[in-house]
Amino acid sequence: MIKIENLQKSYPIGKDSLHVLKGLNLHIKEGEFVAIMGSSGSGKSTLLNIVGLLDSHDSGTYHLNGQLIENLDEKKAAVLRNKFLGFIFQSFNLITYKTAVENVALPLYYQGMGRAERQKIALKYLEKVGLKDRANHLPNELSGGEKQRVAVARALATQPKVVLADEPTGALDSTTSNSVMELLKDINREGMTVFVITHEEDIAEQTDRIVRLKDGVIISDEKVNKNVNA
Amino acid sequence: MFDLDRWQEIFQTISKNKLRTALSGFTIAFAILLFTLLFGVGNGLKHTFEKQFAGDSQNSIYVFSGTTTKPYKGLQSGRQIQFRNDDSKFINEKFDDKIQYFSPAIQRNNMQTIYKGEQNRYTVRAVYPDYQPLESAVIQDGRFLSYLDIEKKAKVVAIGRLVEEDLFGSLSAVGKNINIEGISYKVVGVFNDPGGDNDERFIYTPFTTFQGMYKPNDEIDRFGMTFNPTLTVDEALAFSNLLTKVLKEKHNVDPRDQGAIRVRNYAEGTKNVQGFMMVLNIIILFIGIGTLVAGIIGISNIMVYIVKERTKELGIRKALGATPKSIVGMIMMESIFITALAGYSGLLIGIFTLKAIGSSLEKYFILNPSVETYVVVGATIVLVIAGTIAGYVPAKRAASIKPIVALNDQ
Repeated sequence: MIKIENLQKSYPIGKDSLHVLKGLNLHIKEGEFVAIMGSSGSGKSTLLNIVGLLDSHDSGTYHLNGQLIENLDEKKAAVLRNKFLGFIFQSFNLITYKTAVENVALPLYYQGMGRAERQKIALKYLEKVGLKDRANHLPNELSGGEKQRVAVARALATQPKVVLADEPTGALDSTTSNSVMELLKDINREGMTVFVITHEEDIAEQTDRIVRLKDGVIISDEKVNKNVNA
Repeated sequence: MFDLDRWQEIFQTISKNKLRTALSGFTIAFAILLFTLLFGVGNGLKHTFEKQFAGDSQNSIYVFSGTTTKPYKGLQSGRQIQFRNDDSKFINEKFDDKIQYFSPAIQRNNMQTIYKGEQNRYTVRAVYPDYQPLESAVIQDGRFLSYLDIEKKAKVVAIGRLVEEDLFGSLSAVGKNINIEGISYKVVGVFNDPGGDNDERFIYTPFTTFQGMYKPNDEIDRFGMTFNPTLTVDEALAFSNLLTKVLKEKHNVDPRDQGAIRVRNYAEGTKNVQGFMMVLNIIILFIGIGTLVAGIIGISNIMVYIVKERTKELGIRKALGATPKSIVGMIMMESIFITALAGYSGLLIGIFTLKAIGSSLEKYFILNPSVETYVVVGATIVLVIAGTIAGYVPAKRAASIKPIVALNDQ
């Protein structure tokens, strides 16, 4: 699903440039639940931005769903994001003046779907994250955990190939963190590729595979041994 | 192409962000309102000015005679110049193409006028029927003098509105006989005159009736005429200068003599009025442009602020699949919609305000303040376009920001 070879990225800082990603190789298959771990400055956010087509890379190759990503203009990137990717952010990034159901329906609007159908699908996904009764509330009337679940529903609404989550539990307490992680696990169990970035060990533990990043290189990539519950 | 979904999205954004909407709407509405009011008041001043000069026909010329002040061709100074009937003929023949209406006149001031017990003293002018348009006199009752009256040397008069009021009170004067200096005249008409009270205390009688009675047979006091309205102001002035010159030649008057023959051309005044009007127009234009520029700057600032404020929202939309084009389109449509609507309401408020307060401003020399619709509509369109351009630049920039940068915007 995601295939990265010798990916490099640097940011100009004044006259110098900061080499952030120094030749990453990563292959994520369909249906995997992967955590990228690393301390701040390790390059994990940059990796997510490149994978999420929110930023471009300098060299190396990136295939998303078999498609080589290069020389994307903004419009193509927008279409691909809408089609293949669902985003979950640390700070939720809901549109404040739209209700929960309108937020979930927004990516469908950009797909050109009709209003009634958007509404129906958005409600379906809100029900899936257990927030159907909160559908007509504005984000500031929802708790942090609820906001993040709305964001999850929004990420799922377009039935993407990959869900990208950037510190999805970073702004949540441990109980709500767990409920969000349970949600992500459910999604993964249904076959969705889920790609989580985190610096929290216990969050990473709940995924199937942990890729550790340090100073722009992958230092380990291992499967998580899980105690399989009955 | 009407995209209902897109409009619903825009209406939602507009109605859910009231402060933002109000801010940009207010700027535009206020600018247009100010524009309309200032323009209207300026036009009101202009109307007052135009009316002040409406007393006499704008194209009238009067020729008076006096005594010479300079010796010329062996003739002494202090000689009285007397116009005669052949001068009338001479002018008419020489300047036929330049003259629209023409009338010689004899004027007698302080003529005692009596109707039954009431009496007063008035200025009586003996004229031809052509004199009426010169004074812009409007008949309100009966008729003015006719050529038949001239021919028959009829003892008839047309009297000013105030003469009727003085002598007849609330009765109608038409058909009654009045006595002027011992001679009885029949009133055939009553006129009013936009020139004001003085002009409405005149009495007009046929030229031929007075000539011979109060003047030797062929003598004339003065001439009144209007120049052909197709002449420009400069051509009209040239005409009156030429008229002065030939009359001075005919009566052996030094061309530099200012006293013997005097020509008063209203076109001169018209020229001054036109100059003043031009200045007034420039001032009004300046105010209008100033208001518009202020409005443009206002709406530009607000658009920049709005787009800045929305950077994060735009980043979210982009992450969810909005193309740069749809982002720019959305901001543009919102801005056009708000500015057009606000501009239109400012326009309506302005026009209604002018209508409402218009009549109470007359004492401040502002008459019928109003604005031509196309001017205000044009101004509104200018502001809408300005708002659109002002919104386009930051919207374009916001749409090209990488979504990740926009998302990190706090």
